[in-house]
Amino acid sequence: MQESEFSFELDGTDLPFEPGQSIMEAATQAGVYIPHLCHHPDLRRNGSCKLCTVKVNGRFGSACALPAQAGCTVESNTSELQEMRRQIVQMLFVEGNHYCPFCEKSGNCQLQVVAYHVGMVDMHFPPFNTARQLDASHREMLLDRDRCIQCARCVRASQDLDKKNIFGLAGRGMNIRLVVNSDSGLLGDTDFSSADHAAQVCPTGALIRKDQAYPCPIGSRLYDTPISQHTIRQDARHD
Amino acid sequence: MHAMNYQRINQILDDHGRNPLRLVQILIGIQAECGGIPASVRDYISKALAVPLAQVHGVVAFYHFLSPEIQGQYRIYVADNIIDRMHGNQEVMATLLQELQAERGKPRADGQVFIDYTSCTGLCDQGPALLINSRALTHVTPDRAKEIAERINAGEPLNNWPSHWFQVEESPRVAGPVLASQFEPGRGLQAALEMGPAQYLKEVERAGLRGRGGAGFRTAIKWRVSRDAPGKTHYVICNADEGEPGTFKDRALLTRDADAMFEGMTLAGLVIGAEKGFLYLRGEYTYLYSQLVATLARRRAEHLLGKNILGREFNFDVEIHLGAGAYVAGEESALIESLEGKCAVPRPRPPFTATHGYLGQPTVCNNVETFVKTALIAQNGADWFLECGTRYSPGSKLLSVSGDVARPGIYEYPFGTSVQTVLEACGARETQAVQIGGPSGTCITPNEFDRAICYEDLSTGGSFMVFNRSRDMLSVVQNFIHFFADESCGFCTPCRVGTQLMRRAIDKIVAGKAGARELKEIEHAAKCTRAMSHCGLGQTATKPFLDTLDRLRPQYEARLSNLDFVPNFDLDQSLSKTRALSQRDDPHAHLPQTGEACDARI
Ligand SMILES: Cc1cc2nc3c(=O)[nH]c(=O)nc-3n(C[C@H](O)[C@H](O)[C@H](O)COP(=O)(O)O)c2cc1C
Ligand code: SF4
Ligand code: FES
Repeated sequence: MQESEFSFELDGTDLPFEPGQSIMEAATQAGVYIPHLCHHPDLRRNGSCKLCTVKVNGRFGSACALPAQAGCTVESNTSELQEMRRQIVQMLFVEGNHYCPFCEKSGNCQLQVVAYHVGMVDMHFPPFNTARQLDASHREMLLDRDRCIQCARCVRASQDLDKKNIFGLAGRGMNIRLVVNSDSGLLGDTDFSSADHAAQVCPTGALIRKDQAYPCPIGSRLYDTPISQHTIRQDARHD
Repeated sequence: MHAMNYQRINQILDDHGRNPLRLVQILIGIQAECGGIPASVRDYISKALAVPLAQVHGVVAFYHFLSPEIQGQYRIYVADNIIDRMHGNQEVMATLLQELQAERGKPRADGQVFIDYTSCTGLCDQGPALLINSRALTHVTPDRAKEIAERINAGEPLNNWPSHWFQVEESPRVAGPVLASQFEPGRGLQAALEMGPAQYLKEVERAGLRGRGGAGFRTAIKWRVSRDAPGKTHYVICNADEGEPGTFKDRALLTRDADAMFEGMTLAGLVIGAEKGFLYLRGEYTYLYSQLVATLARRRAEHLLGKNILGREFNFDVEIHLGAGAYVAGEESALIESLEGKCAVPRPRPPFTATHGYLGQPTVCNNVETFVKTALIAQNGADWFLECGTRYSPGSKLLSVSGDVARPGIYEYPFGTSVQTVLEACGARETQAVQIGGPSGTCITPNEFDRAICYEDLSTGGSFMVFNRSRDMLSVVQNFIHFFADESCGFCTPCRVGTQLMRRAIDKIVAGKAGARELKEIEHAAKCTRAMSHCGLGQTATKPFLDTLDRLRPQYEARLSNLDFVPNFDLDQSLSKTRALSQRDDPHAHLPQTGEACDARI
C-alpha cells in the first residue's frame, strides 16, 4: 500500500493530513465524522466534552486536541468507543435539564443529533435536577443555563472572534457555570449582540434568539436527516 | 456590617506589583486579611488589575480556601481524610459546632466564625488535625475542641493560644540514605559548578533518578528536553502541593530539608538555563511559609541564591506561591495555570510542560523529594544514590505511614521493599488492606503483602494507609470517592459528571439500597470515566471502587439489596419539604419505605 509522508490510519483507512492538523481536522477534511461537541472549526482547541475520544495506537485521547501523526493508527468507529460516547452524552443529559420535546432548538441541536448518532435511547443515569439560572435580560438573546453543556464555545468565540470577552466559566466541579462579564452578571448589561459570532456557535439551545421561536417546520430542520447522511462539509458549516 | 479596608487591599495589590499573574496570590492575601472576597472587592480587583470580572469570580469560586462571602475572623477547616475519620474527627466537628453554635459550611450569624471540612491536610500521622486561619492544630480531641471554642467565643487572637497546640512533630521513624545524609548547603552546588552543568546532568542520569511525585518519569530526560527546548526564558517549579490524601513526606522535607530542596531547584536552573524558580506550596502548609522565606533569605546571604551564585556568572532565585485548596493544582499543568493567576485546570497535552510550561516557556516541574535527591546526588555522587533500590527504581522512597499502626510517621526504605516489611516496622496488626499511593493508587489485601514498593510493581507518591479488620472498607471507598467528586475541576464531562455518579452510587450501596444491576452499571460508567477523562484525576478517581470491587466483591454483595431495582428517588424523602411546611411528622405524613413499596409491586 502506498503511504504518503503525511498520513495516518483511521479505522483502517489511510488519511492524508497537513502537519499541525489535529486528528479531528484531518478527519473532517477527508469527510469522516468523529462525534464532537466542544470542537468548532473556527475556534481554538478546548478538549473538554471528550465526546471525540479515539484510541491512538491503543491509547485513549481527544481527536480534537491531539495532533495527527504520520503512521499512527487511530480507532474511532468501534463499538467500545461508541458505547462510551453514549455514556458521555447521557452524562450531559442528566447533568443539565434538557427538554427536547419542546425546545426551540430541537432538530437543529448538536447535542440531540449526537445523542441519536451514538444510539442513546434513554437518560440511563438518575437526573441531577440542578437548579440553574435563566437570564432573559438581553433584548435579542436568551441565556438558558439549563441547556448549557459548558462547552465554552461562546466563551472562545466572544474572546477570540468578537474581541468582547463576554462569557466565562466559573466554579469548580459540578458547580461550574457559564458566567457573564458584567457587574450585574446579566447578559443585558453587556454589549452582546445577536450578530456576534458568540451568538451563532452554541451547539444546544442554551444561547438562543428570542424572536424566532420554532424557525423551521419539522422535516426541514438541519438534522432531520441523520448525521451520517449529512455531507461532512454541511455539518462543519453549521458547527 | 463589614467595611472593607481598601487601604489594606491596595497595600496587598502593591505588594504584588499589581501583577495580574499574581491574582491567586492577591486573593489569598485578601481572604486572610478580610475573611472573604465579596462582590464589591472582586469588582475592585478586576478593575485594578484589568482582569475580566469572570476570571476573578472564577478563581474565587474555584479554590476551597477562597470564599465569595465574608467568613469571619476565625476560619476553621477540619481535615476529613479517612484517617482523620478513624481518629475521630467527626466528634471534633460535632463539639466545635455545638460549642460555637455554628452550622457547618455557613458563616455564623454574627459573621465571626466559619467551620467546614476539608480534604487531607497532610497531618494523618498526628490527627485529628484542623486548620484555623491557615495554622495547623494537631491531635485535636473533643476536649481540646472545647477549649478552642472557648477561646474563639472569647475573641482571643490565635497568637495568645498555647503554642503546643500548634506543634507539628517531624521525627522520622526509619531513616534511610536520604534522611540520614548530612547535607551541607552549597556543597552540591559547588561540585556541580566544578564539573559543569552537562556533566552534572550525566550524573543525575547515571543515578537513574525517577520523579518522586508518583508518575516516576526520569528526571534527567525531563531536564534535558527542557534545556534543549527553544524559548526566551526557562523556568523551574517545585511541586509542594502534596494533595494526595495520606501523604505528608513533603511536609517533613519542607520542614527539615528545605535547604536541599532549594539547592536541587538551583541545580535544575543551572542545567536548563533558568534564572527563576517557583515553589508552589499547598495552602494547607501556609504555616511553613515564613520559615521557608527565611531559608531563602539565608541562602541569598550565603551567595547560594540570587545574582552571581558562588561568584560565578549564574543567577537564580526562587519565589514562593501559595495554593488555596485544590487537589488538582498538583497536576503540573494545572499548577502552572495557578501560578499564572488562573483556575487550576489542567491543560491539554501535548504540548508538555518541559517545552511549553509557565508562560508557554520551557519549564521543569518536579516534586519536593525529587529536588532533595538531585541536591544529594550533586553532593554525594550517583554511586551513593545507586547503593540501594532496584534496577528500574534506584534509590529510596519516603513513605507517609498512617492508619491502624502503632507508629505512624515517615519511613524511608529502598525501592523494592515489601509491603509486609513496612507493616511490621510500623506495628500494624490484623491488617485487612493497605492503600498504597493514596486514593489514586492501589488498594491491596493480605495475599499481596509480599509485593514490592517500586515503579515496576506498586508505584507510590508516598501515601501508605493501613486498615485493620475492624474497618468497613466500603466507607473507606466512600470517603475516597467523595474526595474525588469534591476535587474534580469540572472541565471535562467524564470526570465532572462521572465522579458525581460514582458518589451517588457508593452512597446508595453503603446505605444498602442498591441492587446487583446497579453495581454492574456503575462499574461500566466508572470504566468510561477512567478511559475518557482529561487528566490523571478522573483517570484514577474510580480506582478505589474498581480495585475493591476486584478484591473485596463479597463486601459489596453483602450490602446489595436483594431487589433487582430500587428507585433512585425515595418517595418518603421527597415529601420531607412538604412535611416541614405543614409542620407534620406523624405516621400518616409518611409513605411506606421504598423497599416495602417495591416488594409490594413484585
Ligand atoms: C490530580 C493530580 C494531582 C497531583 N498532585 C501532585 C502533588 O501533589 N505533588 C506532586 O509532586 N505531584 C503531583 N502530581 C504529579 C505532577 O503532575 C507531576 O507529575 C510531578 O509533579 C512531577 O514531578 P516528579 O517527576 O518529580 O515526580 C499530580 C498529578 C495529578 C494528575
Ligand atoms: S451557552 Fe452554549 S456555547 Fe456557551 S458554554 Fe453553554 S452550551 Fe456552550
Ligand atoms: S470535541 Fe474533542 S473534547 Fe470536545
